[in-house]
Amino acid sequence: MASRLSAAFPADRAALVTFVTAGDGPTGEVLDALVAGGADVIELGMPFTDPMADGPAIQAANLRALARGTRTADVLAIVKGFRVRHPDVPLVLMGYANTMTRPTPTAFAEAAARAGADGVIIVDIPPEEAGEVAPFAANGIDVIRLATPTTDAGRLPAVLAGASGFLYYVSVAGITGLQQAAQASIEDAVARLKAATDLPVAVGFGVRTPEQAQAIARVADGVVVGSAIVELVGKHGVDAPEHVRAYIHSLKAAVEAARKEVA
Amino acid sequence: MTDTTTLPNSLRNLPDEHGHFGQFGGRFVAETLMPLILDLEREYRAAKADPAFQAEFDDLMEHYVGRPSPLYFAERLTEHYRASAAPGPNGERRGAKIYFKREELNHTGAHKINNCIGQILLARRMGKTRIIAETGAGQHGVATATVAARFGLPCVIFMGAKDVERQKPNVFRMKLLGAEVHPVTSGAETLKDAMNEALRDWVANVHDTFYIIGTAAGPHPYPELVRDFQSVIGTEAREQIQKAEGRLPDLLIAAVGGGSNAIGLFHPFLDDAGVAMIGVEAAGHGIETGQHAASLTGGAPGILHGNRTYLLQDEDGQITEAHSISAGLDYPGIGPEHSWLHESGRVEYLPVTDQQALDAFQLCCELEGIIPALESSHALAALESKAREMREDQIIVVNVSGRGDKDIFTVADALGVQL
Repeated sequence: MASRLSAAFPADRAALVTFVTAGDGPTGEVLDALVAGGADVIELGMPFTDPMADGPAIQAANLRALARGTRTADVLAIVKGFRVRHPDVPLVLMGYANTMTRPTPTAFAEAAARAGADGVIIVDIPPEEAGEVAPFAANGIDVIRLATPTTDAGRLPAVLAGASGFLYYVSVAGITGLQQAAQASIEDAVARLKAATDLPVAVGFGVRTPEQAQAIARVADGVVVGSAIVELVGKHGVDAPEHVRAYIHSLKAAVEAARKEVA
Repeated sequence: MTDTTTLPNSLRNLPDEHGHFGQFGGRFVAETLMPLILDLEREYRAAKADPAFQAEFDDLMEHYVGRPSPLYFAERLTEHYRASAAPGPNGERRGAKIYFKREELNHTGAHKINNCIGQILLARRMGKTRIIAETGAGQHGVATATVAARFGLPCVIFMGAKDVERQKPNVFRMKLLGAEVHPVTSGAETLKDAMNEALRDWVANVHDTFYIIGTAAGPHPYPELVRDFQSVIGTEAREQIQKAEGRLPDLLIAAVGGGSNAIGLFHPFLDDAGVAMIGVEAAGHGIETGQHAASLTGGAPGILHGNRTYLLQDEDGQITEAHSISAGLDYPGIGPEHSWLHESGRVEYLPVTDQQALDAFQLCCELEGIIPALESSHALAALESKAREMREDQIIVVNVSGRGDKDIFTVADALGVQL
């Protein structure tokens, strides 16, 4: 299972990691558009009533998805369909503890593995509560950890212990989709993280433009884009896939250009 | 008074070093907040061991809050239940002696100030320069705005837009005290949504901001430190009842939303096997209607707002909306220590409906000349079933956690009265 994820982070270029909320808009087609546009890794958000780490765009997407009656079973069905259509593209489920440990952590981990998920990002389970996520590793699902600007050197080993797949660097202390961090601070942080782990380091929060993505792709192993895609889905609804594909394509071109410049 | 926290089998030893009360509690927060939570825990341990911190807390409790709050013998309410109580099997007279712990007489009109004083002293100790808080009924918001004014710190209060509407007097109070009130329009626009928004603000401002959580819930160490600051209620009540009656009470009753006034009263008595305890949950329109805020009676364990505890939720773990006539109880969760006390059986949790609370509210006004908060009215409503069952020589202490002036519009509305 983990091989799909590691293959998505080649040594010679940064991966484009893209997020959408499951059940918001025509999710299956939007996922296909992400892949068609050039996404290397899919993060699929599990909608939750109380997304307390998310900004307005993803909050609204959660509420839209839930208002349409999206259930956990529907999210897993979306994963299953995606896995059939795209056997080689890694997919990570992202969300909050209360929906991702139901009915039990083990039962959810088994269901996610059966559906074909490669990893999980559970925003409100820090390393201190790592016991909660043990069933994921036991089912071959990577547990992707978050490092933030407040994760200091003393704390980093605890974050990395048990981390797999990739390390997600949340570049701003804040919620999703608002401001972007200064490039210099991202470069410092990525250097610090890469010195401490062999896992690929992907950088996200507030990344919107191809220029931003390109700058990050010069130094990091991955660039995560979420709220900007979710906004396109919110704005265009059933017509979202073509807009998403074009947008992802522009990001992908920028990310690919980054390493060519360096070389 | 012996320090029972050193006894190996004490019920007062929790949480453990990870912040767990049995399977409940913990630290379920985003990584950004984790270092701050650990800092707060270190700072709280240091403050607890610092006599100067305790001395300043005690001094403010006495001179600013107005403590100790009285323990008052509610004579007419006692007589009311005695008059309608059936005699026991051996003809003994029934109707327990009822005392009120008068937290409604505190500065700002509720128990909430006890915790706010403690937390703002911690904030100052940590060098934080900005205060945020969530509020439901507005009592915690007022208490937070009050201490922020007293210590000269800027303060933002997050409050559900629906609560802003139904608690206008408290909104104005907060503004008079210099706080900025931020109406929250996400979700059901009540306490849970205000807490989400406060967490979002905190994560973006961790460097200078202290979050004064209003109840004994949230990530460790909040449930512990809020309980400790509120335990002044039970510690005083213990001394006061010994002085008045020469013994401990037979039953303690307190309302439970998040549960800070209840844990504050209960905790100093947890190791006293002869003292029974009832936490009263808001049953809204009735548990069977689904429109209630009784997490223990009608919920299941889950993870929200930093801790594992009983929550109102569906089978996928989506949080469902709470309902109570009392804005302060209108929350789909409960403090983790209450979840543990519920599962361990040490405390009995009883649901009380909006209507039962309204009846108790009016009875207390008429018989005792005290207008209780709707939250506290839930505790008073439990007397209906409990006071008459108990012998005349038995003692009940009810926590009158807040005054009801803020609720008169809600009550008038419920009674069909035009003001």
